[in-house]
Amino acid sequence: MENKDIEKLLELLEKDSTLSEDELADLLGLTPEKIHALKAKASEDGMIIGYQAVIDWGKVADELASALIEVKVTPQKGIGFDKVAHEISKFDEVSAVYLMSGGYDFAVMLERKSMKEISAFVFEKLATLPSISSTATHFILRKYKDHKIILDKADEDKRVERPL
Amino acid sequence: MKSPLFSMRVDAIEPPKIKIDFAQLRKPGVISLSIGEPDFETPWEIKQAGIEAIQNGYTFYADDSGLPKLRSEISAYVKRRYDLNYDPNGEILVSVGASEAIDLAFRAFLNEGDEVIIPQPAYNSYGPLVTLVGGKVVGVDLYEKNAFRLQPDDFEKTITPASKLLVLNYPHNPTGAIMEKADLEKIAEVCLKHNLYVVSDEIYSELTYGKKHCSIAALPGMKERTIYISGFSKAFAMTGWRLGYLCAPKEAIAHIRKVHQYGSLAAPTISQYAALEALKNGQEETAKMKRAYDERRRYLIKALKEMKLDCFAPEGAFYVFPCIKKTGLSSEEFVNRLFTEEKLLLISGTAFGPLGEGYVRISYAYSLDKLKEGMERLARFLSKHR
Repeated sequence: MENKDIEKLLELLEKDSTLSEDELADLLGLTPEKIHALKAKASEDGMIIGYQAVIDWGKVADELASALIEVKVTPQKGIGFDKVAHEISKFDEVSAVYLMSGGYDFAVMLERKSMKEISAFVFEKLATLPSISSTATHFILRKYKDHKIILDKADEDKRVERPL
Repeated sequence: MKSPLFSMRVDAIEPPKIKIDFAQLRKPGVISLSIGEPDFETPWEIKQAGIEAIQNGYTFYADDSGLPKLRSEISAYVKRRYDLNYDPNGEILVSVGASEAIDLAFRAFLNEGDEVIIPQPAYNSYGPLVTLVGGKVVGVDLYEKNAFRLQPDDFEKTITPASKLLVLNYPHNPTGAIMEKADLEKIAEVCLKHNLYVVSDEIYSELTYGKKHCSIAALPGMKERTIYISGFSKAFAMTGWRLGYLCAPKEAIAHIRKVHQYGSLAAPTISQYAALEALKNGQEETAKMKRAYDERRRYLIKALKEMKLDCFAPEGAFYVFPCIKKTGLSSEEFVNRLFTEEKLLLISGTAFGPLGEGYVRISYAYSLDKLKEGMERLARFLSKHR
C-alpha cells in the first residue's frame, strides 16, 4: 500500500515538484502529514534526488547548443565501465551520462554550451581518457518534448462550446 | 385550413437555456469551465482502429442494429462491468450516440399524453425529446439534502394512471450524484408496483469515484422493464465518434430498431470498429482518465470549501454543483456577473430546470491548471459579493 502511494506521489512530483503537501494530499486523498512522511522517506531512500525547473531554453535568446555524444569504450585492465563513467561524470559541462546497449557504450549529454566549448570538451577532455576508443557527437537541433512536457505546444482546446 | 408552417411540437420546445456568447468567449483571458465532454483526445489505439477501418475499406453501412461483433463485445462488457445479461442478437442496438438512444426509447414507447417522470434538475435533452413525440414531462424534485438521489416517496407521489416511463440518469448530470444499490432497490419496488418502465441513461457509469456503479437493470425483475442506455463518449473520450447503445428486452429493441432503421439506417461503421477496440483494450486508458478526473474532483471540493461555498461532494460524472444562494444573487445573475467581472464561464443551474436555481455547474473536464486559475477567479468574485 505504502509503495503504491509513494509511486503515485513520485509520479505527481515528477510532473510538478512545486505542488505543496496540502495539494498533494488532496490529489491523492491522503492527509498532509502522510504526504510529509512519504516525501521524507522518498528523499531519505534516495528516490528523490533533487528538484529542478524544466526550462525551454529555446525561448531564451542565446547561441548555445546541446549535444549527445556517443562514446565507445575499450575496457582496460583495472578500468571498468563504472570507472570510465565516473570519470566522465566528473566533468562540469556534462549534464547526463547513461550506459547504453547497442552500438555504443555511453551516451553523454551536454547542454547549453557554445560550439567551441563542445569541441574543446570532446577533443581535450573526452578523447584523452585512456579507455575511450571513439566518439560521435550529435547536435540537438530542436527539442519537442522534455521531461514529459511538450514544448511549443499549441494549447488548443478543440472542443466546441455547446448549448447542451 | 392549413396548419402553421412549422411543427407546433417543435415550436413548443424552448431553445436551450445555456446561453453562450461565442464572440465573448473567444476573447483572450477567458476561462470556460462549462463544457460537458472529456478534455482528453480519444486514446491512440482507439483512433488507430478507426484509421485502420477506413484503410481496410470498412466504409459501408453497418447492420442496422450494429456490427454483430460489436454487439457481442457490448454484451460481454456490460456483463463484466455491471453484471447485466443481454443477448447480442435482439437485445442490443448500437445508436448514433446515447443521444439518439434516448430519442429512440421515447419514440418507441410513448403515445400522446403518456407521462414521463424526470428527476430535476436534469440534463436538458430529455424534456424536449418527450415533448416532440407528444409525451408529457412530469418533474420530480431532487434535493441536495438527499445527495440529489431520487427518493421513492417523492417519486411515487408523481405517479398517475398516465405515467409510463421514469428517466434515471446516474451518475447524474449536472450534480455529479450517484445512486447506490439500496437506493435503486427502493425505486425498483415503486416501478414494479405501478408497472412503470425505466429509461436509464448510464452514460457516466465508468466515472464513479470510490463506489462501484450499480445499474437498476441488474436488480431482480428490472431487466424486463428497463431500457439501459450507455455509450462511448464519456468512458473512452469518443464524443465526436457519435456512438452509443441500448440494451432492452427483445420486444422493446424490436420497436426501437424500427425507428432507428428509418431515422438513421445504422450507426457510423468506422466508429463501430474504433469502439470495438475501446471495449476490448480501452480499460487502462479509461482508468487513467478517471484518475485524472478524481484528482480534479478532490481539488475542486476542497477549493470550494475554502471559499466557504456550500457544495455537495459529487461521487460521479465530472461536474460539481455548488450552491450559491448565500451570495444573494440568482444563478443567472451570478453566472453573468462572474463572466463580466472575472471572465470565467460557468453554467447556471437553471439551465437544467427551475430546481437548479441557486446552483451553478462547474465541469472538471479541464486541466488542473485551468481549474486552479478558475478557482482563483471564483474566490476573488465571491470575496466581492458576500
